[in-house]
Amino acid sequence: MENRIQQLFAQKPQGLLSVYFTAGFPNLEDTVPIMLELEKNGVDLIEIGMPFSDPLADGPTIQQSSEVAIRNGMTIPKLFEQLQDIRQHTQIPLVLMGYLNPVMQYGMERFLQKASELGIDGLILPDLPLSDYVREYKALFERYGLSNIFLITPQTPEQRIREIDTHTNGFIYMVSSASVTGSTTGQSVVNTSYFERVNGMGLRNPGIIGFGIHNHDTFTQACNHASGAIIGSAFIKALAKEGNLHEKISTFIQSIRQNEIA
Amino acid sequence: MKYSVDENGFYGKFGGAYVPEMLYPNVEELRENYLKIMAEPDFQEEMQSLLRDYVGRPTPLYFAKRLSEKYNTNIYLKREDLNHTGAHKINNTIGQILLAKRLGKTRIIAETGAGQHGVATATVCALMNLECIVYMGEVDIERQAPNVARMKMLGATVVPATSGSRTLKDATNEAIRDWINNPEDTYYIIGSVVGPHPYPDMVARFQAVISEEMKAQLLEKTGSENPDYVVACVGGGSNAAGAFYHYLDTPEVKLVAVEAAGLGIDSGESAATSVLGKEGIIHGSRTLLMQTEDGQVTEPYSISAGLDYPGVGPLHAHLHQSGRAIFESITDEEALQAVLELTRLEGIIPALETAHALAAIGRLGAKPSDVVVINLSGRGDKDLATYLDRFNLDGK
Repeated sequence: MENRIQQLFAQKPQGLLSVYFTAGFPNLEDTVPIMLELEKNGVDLIEIGMPFSDPLADGPTIQQSSEVAIRNGMTIPKLFEQLQDIRQHTQIPLVLMGYLNPVMQYGMERFLQKASELGIDGLILPDLPLSDYVREYKALFERYGLSNIFLITPQTPEQRIREIDTHTNGFIYMVSSASVTGSTTGQSVVNTSYFERVNGMGLRNPGIIGFGIHNHDTFTQACNHASGAIIGSAFIKALAKEGNLHEKISTFIQSIRQNEIA
Repeated sequence: MKYSVDENGFYGKFGGAYVPEMLYPNVEELRENYLKIMAEPDFQEEMQSLLRDYVGRPTPLYFAKRLSEKYNTNIYLKREDLNHTGAHKINNTIGQILLAKRLGKTRIIAETGAGQHGVATATVCALMNLECIVYMGEVDIERQAPNVARMKMLGATVVPATSGSRTLKDATNEAIRDWINNPEDTYYIIGSVVGPHPYPDMVARFQAVISEEMKAQLLEKTGSENPDYVVACVGGGSNAAGAFYHYLDTPEVKLVAVEAAGLGIDSGESAATSVLGKEGIIHGSRTLLMQTEDGQVTEPYSISAGLDYPGVGPLHAHLHQSGRAIFESITDEEALQAVLELTRLEGIIPALETAHALAAIGRLGAKPSDVVVINLSGRGDKDLATYLDRFNLDGK
């Protein structure tokens, strides 16, 4: 059976906008309102960040939002409580993203079961090794109908990309360049040779480009080389500004899409 | 060997390489090459000659007569404090810098707590003419100022880690992020037996020279390679790993790992991971870790910057869980008393980290005929400001 991620890519193979935010930031109870605003503004996929004290793959923006969220009282049980009725309000594909340790403490199977009950479609755990996933968890993910999304980078060897492609069933998260999240030092995210190399491999999973996508230009460039793009840090910066959620979110998403039809 | 790492990088259930994909190629490159390079004759030759002529090895094994009299046993001090740069840390940085060069890396990064590993890294980078960036928690930069000055003198860039508890854990996070941002030209010299496989095993192997020398020295001085006790302090656990290494499979040698209790185990201000930690993942390794019920890493505390770490190397987690090593914890106050005791009895000013090992002597229950080796991992020059203040010796 297809989950919402797989359905999304089947229906809309291009120009997807996926947005990441840290649950519990800026305020503890903002999680669901942010999700509903994102959907209203034509976002295609939502990644809900589960804050961790030591987010190794993240730059300062997500680190700080995580610190605030933890201080606000965000925990996995709290997040699950907030998402209790979410499927009565939206059918947008939902991915939970976080680090392995908090999930381990909650208990992997218990976590997957609960996520599945709530209508979550996939997970991104950047520090869960592929080998551990295949050996210990893949069968559980499949049992609960959850996609496990893996990252690849310009340095990932072809053979490993193929291995990842074999074991995942949602999309492949193409990290645009060697960096932690939130880096906007490069004017362009177009690492054309890397994207073309991956596109030429004939993978069964679609790809979405993330890391460093922060405005209309970088979003459009990424969309020219993949099914879509993921924006995280730039959105969190927008959320951190003054103003109400509705305005901040619609202004931001419009600035990304501009005149494109969502 | 029963306690060495298995082919998947685990010590029992601890260890592994839980790194984001961005680090996978770097860690994999190292895993594929470290044993091969370390076994090359020219690598060994270069390393041995540097350890001998540059670091000053072998370090002496000193019979501490007055200290032995006080505790009514036979105490030997393995004088790692006499190494160039003042601690055991340089055993590892010499090894890793030679490895980095053979892997063609041109930029070196490191984390540091007390600054000893930072100084040891800056030193070998100066020696090899390589760029050096050291991440250090803001709190530690303040409390270990002499080592910050030394790193700068050696040409290293010291970058303050300003997140979290602004200590060793956060410095390690920043170093890992730097490595993610610079995957091709950069080599990360980890200073302890922590991090993703193969680091814990590699660092333990570079520090194993400590127990290798100990065995020969003990044989000469006592007629047996094996002491009754080997005692070492543990933050991440590199000096302990080196001091224990060649005794791991000799059960009659009791291995004693001494952690920092800070203000006391139950005070909420402690770094005694074996008591307060639960299984979890930190810095790419599955190990014991101080954390909340929800899996957030707890901010540890110790007066000693080098022991102020919420995790412990996976080897030590395994030694703890299997019962192979005895774990003790020592408070700030007990450590300070041990500093004064060694200084006044033997004329040796130890580092605050090392003082935790010394403070555990009274807890061993050693008999008059027993042989106790304390790994004197570092000297106290970097801690003089703390000592003058705490012992009211600054004339105020």
